[in-house]
Amino acid sequence: MLDPRGPIGAANRTLLIDSVAIMLAIVIPVIVATLAFAWWFRASNHKATYLPDWEFSARLELVVWSIPAMTIILLGGVTWIGAHQLDPSQPLDARTQPLDVQVVSLDWKWLFIYPEQGVASVNQLVIPVGTPVRFSLTSASVLNTFFVPQLGSMIYTMNGMRSTLHLQADAPGRYAGMSAHFSGDGFSDMRFTVQAVDARAFETWVASTRGAGRTLDGSTYLALARQGSPAPVTTYASVDLKLFDRIVAQDLPPGPGPAVERQGAAETPAATKTSRKP
Amino acid sequence: MFGKLSWDAIPFHEPIVMITSAVVAITLTGLLVWIVVKGHLPYLWKEWLTSVDHKRIGVMYVILALVMLLRGFADALLMRSQQAIAMGAAGYLPPDHYNQIFSAHGTMMIFFVAMPFVIGLMNFVVPLQLGARDVAFPVLNSVGFWLTATGALLVNISLIVGEFARTGWLPYPPLSELTYSPGVGVDYYLWALQISGVGTLLSGINLVTTVLKVRAPGMDYLRMPMFCWTTLASNLLIVAAFPILTATFAMLLLDRYLGFHFFTNEAGGNPMMFMNLIWAWGHPEVYILILPCFGIFSEVLSTFSGKPLFGYRSMVAATMAICLLSFMVWLHHFFTMGAGADVNAVFGIATMVIAVPTGVKIFNWLFTMYGGRIRFNAPTLWSIGFMVTFVIGGMTGVLLAVPPADFVLHNSLFLVAHFHNVIIGGVVFGAFAGYEYWFPKAFGFKLHEGLGKAAFWFWIIGFYVAFMPLYWLGLMGMTRRMQHYDVPAWQPWLIVAAVGAVLIAIGIALQVAQLVVSIRSRVALRDRTGDPWNGRSLEWATASPPLLFNFAVLPSVEGEDAYWGTKQRAQAEAKAVTEPDYADIHMPRNSATGFICAFFATILGFALIWHIWWLVGLAFVCAYATFVVLAWRDEDEDLIPADVVAKLDRANRAARVGIGQAA
Amino acid sequence: MSAASPALPPGSGGGGRHGRGAHGRGGTGHLAAGLTAEGAQSATKRIVVAYGFWIFLISDIIIFAALFASYAVLTDSTAGGPRGRDLFDLKLVAIETGCLLASTLCCGFAGLGANARRNGLYYSSMAATFVLGAIFLGIEVHEFVSMIEAGAGPSRSAFLSAFFALIGCHGLHVTAGMLWLLTMVAQVYAKGYRDDILRRLLCFSLFWHTLDIIWVGLFSLVYLVGVAP
Repeated sequence: MLDPRGPIGAANRTLLIDSVAIMLAIVIPVIVATLAFAWWFRASNHKATYLPDWEFSARLELVVWSIPAMTIILLGGVTWIGAHQLDPSQPLDARTQPLDVQVVSLDWKWLFIYPEQGVASVNQLVIPVGTPVRFSLTSASVLNTFFVPQLGSMIYTMNGMRSTLHLQADAPGRYAGMSAHFSGDGFSDMRFTVQAVDARAFETWVASTRGAGRTLDGSTYLALARQGSPAPVTTYASVDLKLFDRIVAQDLPPGPGPAVERQGAAETPAATKTSRKP
Repeated sequence: MFGKLSWDAIPFHEPIVMITSAVVAITLTGLLVWIVVKGHLPYLWKEWLTSVDHKRIGVMYVILALVMLLRGFADALLMRSQQAIAMGAAGYLPPDHYNQIFSAHGTMMIFFVAMPFVIGLMNFVVPLQLGARDVAFPVLNSVGFWLTATGALLVNISLIVGEFARTGWLPYPPLSELTYSPGVGVDYYLWALQISGVGTLLSGINLVTTVLKVRAPGMDYLRMPMFCWTTLASNLLIVAAFPILTATFAMLLLDRYLGFHFFTNEAGGNPMMFMNLIWAWGHPEVYILILPCFGIFSEVLSTFSGKPLFGYRSMVAATMAICLLSFMVWLHHFFTMGAGADVNAVFGIATMVIAVPTGVKIFNWLFTMYGGRIRFNAPTLWSIGFMVTFVIGGMTGVLLAVPPADFVLHNSLFLVAHFHNVIIGGVVFGAFAGYEYWFPKAFGFKLHEGLGKAAFWFWIIGFYVAFMPLYWLGLMGMTRRMQHYDVPAWQPWLIVAAVGAVLIAIGIALQVAQLVVSIRSRVALRDRTGDPWNGRSLEWATASPPLLFNFAVLPSVEGEDAYWGTKQRAQAEAKAVTEPDYADIHMPRNSATGFICAFFATILGFALIWHIWWLVGLAFVCAYATFVVLAWRDEDEDLIPADVVAKLDRANRAARVGIGQAA
Repeated sequence: MSAASPALPPGSGGGGRHGRGAHGRGGTGHLAAGLTAEGAQSATKRIVVAYGFWIFLISDIIIFAALFASYAVLTDSTAGGPRGRDLFDLKLVAIETGCLLASTLCCGFAGLGANARRNGLYYSSMAATFVLGAIFLGIEVHEFVSMIEAGAGPSRSAFLSAFFALIGCHGLHVTAGMLWLLTMVAQVYAKGYRDDILRRLLCFSLFWHTLDIIWVGLFSLVYLVGVAP
């Protein structure tokens, strides 16, 4: 995130650096003063004045309360403005039509549906450079967080709920994406790559994806929703356009978890324990 | 017959677990045999296990915390070494094991290290500082301690019988629901914390009542030492926040055991409600831990600077402000839920407001040192180390409270570094400062100074080496709880962090050595005055260790820094010392209730975890019977006659007067 | 919680030692460096116990508050199942409420009886409290059973989970209270009106009254609001 490739990421970084700068103005003097006082007033230093009864000074107390208060007022202003400008549901640019991408977090992989293009992919997100992307996100099972550090803000994906996030890539490239919220044993492999490409390459990608691969509908989705990792990059030539809404509405049931998943397969110790009831 | 329990529950195939468990079992058995053979068992039973003396219970809390610290830290070493080698590789800990380790590490460190440590110190010190003979409810105090120990025991049993939770230290549903976590791990977590949570609540009720209702004559609210104020604030938070935890875990248990739908994906359950509820407890919890430590630093800095605490009333106001504000900020733990800009901004700013009273405290400590004659004993080092470290942790905390910054730092290693920065730099340093400071009061001899200082330097350097790289990794986009990763640039930093963990391990080893060396040379380190640091509050007016009844006659308090004032006056009056009138003292009689109750609570918890229903019923009936038996007792106090009190006190007075004349 | 055995302050005494006046005697002497011991002013044991128990009750109320908050959140999460107005039988609940209120009144009489050392009043009031509490519980169990039989158990929907947990938690408290009541009767029978037993009785009475207050809240906010269209 120190090397942002989009407007949101850049704004996040600016705000971060500004806030640190404001606070360092007070933190560094405090650290220096702590060490200096401790050193100067050491018991062995007879040059230092000893004030055994000095315990209150109204003027100092006033200063002591107002310095942090003023810092926080300043920072509070920054926070208020920042929180509104960088709200994830805030569209980036009213003039450009954003690209819609629907994101579903599964155990343990990411599904990206392009409703306008009618295609879908797993663990691979291809987006055109310079175009705002409007993500609608949900989860098939447990809580996850959609996060592409170089593009900026993250957001939770939750089963039965829809969250919204706007991002944009300004430079072409491959960026790492991940889940930033622990979601179970396959969590570490729950990664995807973002390919930011120019508009023509994006069209080419859409066309080639349409040309080959399977259809993503209710039943393929249910197979995909079973636990497994790491999942290979897969694309779907066509997609049931209602799929995302059906997942959000829980019309398609939440991911099955390990118990159902591993029936008949090699039983895990956990599954063995639950199934054994003398 | 045995519910879900079978031989499969024991992980024979995992050598790390089996060897660890075997070592622990052999050590414990050896210790037990030694105790029995040496004939220490009756002493242990009479003087410690059944003791309702707040000092003994306080010491037992701290021992529990120190033992659990070793366990929790072993987990930390496993995690740091796993991450140091798991670049594009599986490492040596498979995900199901690694996930248990980080869950156990967090749970242990918060609930069974930090909590017992601060509660133990509060228990030991506060009645002494208030000029009281014990806490308000001594038997309840013992029950509270033993229930906490039960929780710790259950978590440790999960190491060998079954598994621990694989869901993180806070089991967010739906992951923690039966669908996604069908094993017993989450049940271990929930029952262990339900039982110890009851213990914590009892202790909170007890200490609130003690501070508010059991004080020496003249000990007005605004004459109480700072540590008593922070204890009050912390325990008010316990009383207000722990019931929320209990209710929340009860709901999750109902989901898991009886098919309820509080937090499930199905049937209208609402997992986000769990996050709101758990953080409505969780944020106050961090202040429950840190506030008493703020009190310790106040005591230490003022004593070792030879000055009263600067801006005492301001400090009291700041403490109570933090206490109140801590309930209004819970939402900052999930800014990334998408709650909307207004909500995020309000909670972000509310969070920052807490930095104001905290900043005031830092400044007041600074001015406490100003004009002092600072003695650099180990407690001072921990305190100054705290001030430097904590402002950095505070700064990163405020940074995380800026929602757009949190949008890129949430759940990253930056966050991990932040909360270790405040918990190690604040709570752990505070607990160790208190440990070094009050140790001579508890045992009558000081801890070895050189080893204590060496331990401090290894801890603080180790801390910076371990956690500064994590801040950096967080900024590089590394998220927490990764069992492996494939970004080569991360690995060097993770190796540095692992080195830092080793440095901290050396610090801990030095502390163990310090304890051993100090016990062996206790004669040389003996404190006969009861006042080894030239202290200012009433605990230093007692013998070291204090007599059973703390004060032969209750002190009468005439100002802040009660004991300091008395010493000044006594010197002015050139020791016109006459003997006080001694009177009979009634002290609460020992009670095995806490221990027995915890014994049945352990069985109850274990039976519930493994669905052994008949045993659940049996243990419950026995626990209830324990209380009926307790209620049936006729005598709950022992009388100590005035002449015995006088005899015990004269020895103490003699030593003290001798010192006074020397001064 | 009756198990609390406070031991402070010295001299205000354990059972039956009230008024012994053994408060640290006013001494002018100095404790080594001059801590005088004027009469201890800390609260009496009765006040300390009641105070501590109040704090416990506050924590208990917070548990109910948390359960109630989740009930409020989940009221509309019926997952297509029945709502409150389809299930609640206000007439039965009104009888329940009447029983609990009356039992609280009896509990008050029991306290008066104990303070006046009048066995007849004490035992009969405690018995009435118990019986009324039992009727309350019986009706609640009946309500739960009939709801579960009608397919409206706690597993049906999040709303019903929250309902059963909230009302069930109160029911568990009443059950615990009745067990406590029995031990209080037994203690008075076996030991008489000792000071420590009277203190426990005070706590029991506070507990029972609190359950009543909580129930009034539940009755209004769960049942009355629940049946409103």
